[in-house]
Amino acid sequence: MPTIEAPPGAAVVVRGLRKTYGGRDVVDGLDLQATEGAVTAVLGPNGAGKTTTVECCEGLRSPDGGEVRVLGLDPVDDAHRLRARVGVMLQDGGLPTGVRALEMLRHVATMYAAPRDVGELADRLGLTSFARTTVRRLSGGQRQRLALATAVVGRPAVVFLDEPSAGMDPQSRHAVWDLVRELRSEGVAVVLTTHLMDEAEDLADVVHVVDHGRVIASGTVPELLTAGSGTAAPTIRLDARPGLDTATLRAHLERTRHDGGWHVEESAPGEYVVTGATGPSALAAVTDWLAGEGVLARRVTTGRRTLEDVFLDLTGRHLR
Amino acid sequence: MTMTSAPTGAAPARRRIATQAAFETRAILRNGEQLLVTVALPVLLLVGLVQTSVVELDTGTSTRVDFVTPGVLALACVTTAFTSQSIATAFDRRNGVLRLLATTPLGRGGLLAGKILGVLAVEAVQVVVIGGVALALGWQPVPSGLLPAAGLVLLGTAAFTALALLLAGTLRAEGVLAVANLVLVLLVVGGGLVVPPSELPGALAHLAAFLPSGALGEGLRGALLGTGVPPLSVVVLLGWTAVLGAGAGRLFRWH
Repeated sequence: MPTIEAPPGAAVVVRGLRKTYGGRDVVDGLDLQATEGAVTAVLGPNGAGKTTTVECCEGLRSPDGGEVRVLGLDPVDDAHRLRARVGVMLQDGGLPTGVRALEMLRHVATMYAAPRDVGELADRLGLTSFARTTVRRLSGGQRQRLALATAVVGRPAVVFLDEPSAGMDPQSRHAVWDLVRELRSEGVAVVLTTHLMDEAEDLADVVHVVDHGRVIASGTVPELLTAGSGTAAPTIRLDARPGLDTATLRAHLERTRHDGGWHVEESAPGEYVVTGATGPSALAAVTDWLAGEGVLARRVTTGRRTLEDVFLDLTGRHLR
Repeated sequence: MTMTSAPTGAAPARRRIATQAAFETRAILRNGEQLLVTVALPVLLLVGLVQTSVVELDTGTSTRVDFVTPGVLALACVTTAFTSQSIATAFDRRNGVLRLLATTPLGRGGLLAGKILGVLAVEAVQVVVIGGVALALGWQPVPSGLLPAAGLVLLGTAAFTALALLLAGTLRAEGVLAVANLVLVLLVVGGGLVVPPSELPGALAHLAAFLPSGALGEGLRGALLGTGVPPLSVVVLLGWTAVLGAGAGRLFRWH
């Protein structure tokens, strides 16, 4: 098998990955890369091929085409050399139901020569309060935290986290995010799949947006936010009562700013987005118009697009 | 899989497998339903068959307890290696446990080794409990048959564990639960485990000796009653182990 050129620091390299189930291409020529000491998010809607991709990286599935290298090794052929250096958190947890929480963590820890301190890890992730509870009785968030603990207990160099925050309460999520940031600062390559925009925005150094089995956009969060928006100018968003006359706001902007190219949209009932040559005076014009209409906006924000905007622009708004 | 040297960062293979075996053993012995099938059922059957004559048995020149105990031990082997293991593995497969453990240094090979050792450990507990009850009921096994009997139990364990993995790796967990229990009942009634194949009605009399259950039952009766292990039993168990093992190796799906 030809080896692929891995740039320095690249912990995971995927090139042209293909995986077919029952004649359907679930992953169709996917490329991505994850580096040491960075959090790489694989972002995409359900069924985009995220889980299949990371399972190929974990050695749990064999690619039908393309190449995968983790720490320079083949995840399937070199599995025995990789297992001690790769931590995995599966989407469905992978925890046996009849076992007590901390017993499971201790069990997995014994598979490693120099595991993390189980007690310390349990404290970090708040596992001690349910240490003696069987997995069957844990809440979704508790299971996720336990699964994360088992993924990192062996001091891996690469960690794959498949939807790590699914079913977590906000406190759990922040505990998880803190741990992920700590792993990054220790030089670990963290690869996480998610469909949560805030998770990708807050955590990820690099985001690969995946849809229909391919990466459709890659970059840092700021790169993704400016790319494809057509304008570097920030948007103005306001939340007010639904049904405001967007045409008159647009006319007001054109009149007071003496320029065109304004676009005002009620993106959802009561949520308005103003795009164009926005700036301080445009914001003043908007609030001036609101005052004229006698409308008190619940919230006015200016700023960049969110990753959600980028994501929806790229993957479409229809449900699937 | 390398059994001798551990890759960087991994615990030694021996420790990984021993830990997994202990983990599997605890999981079975702590599970109420599993204990019911693996320990309570054989003991009840032993006491019932020895103390009552609800089931007509031609024990030849042997006492009833001497005749029944080898069959109950054969049954015990099937409950652990097949029924309990197939159900546990099927649910572990559905819950992703097999996949998760396969990504740890334990690996797939270590997971399998741990499972087999776990089965053998539970069987040791069964032999102690069932053997103890049988001895209390007056069981007098032929001492020279103990070693061959142990060998047959290993062979039977191999065949039935292979069947368990074949089932667990191909069917849905709920399907395995139903099939495993059904097969156990069929094997107890007509598989030649407790009731010798020759005493079964009709075609079963000829068929059962070629089933792994009949071969194990006949083999253990031959060993522990002192009449000798029928070579057919060994051949049949080896054959089933090869076929079922190849099937499980080829068809087992981890997802």
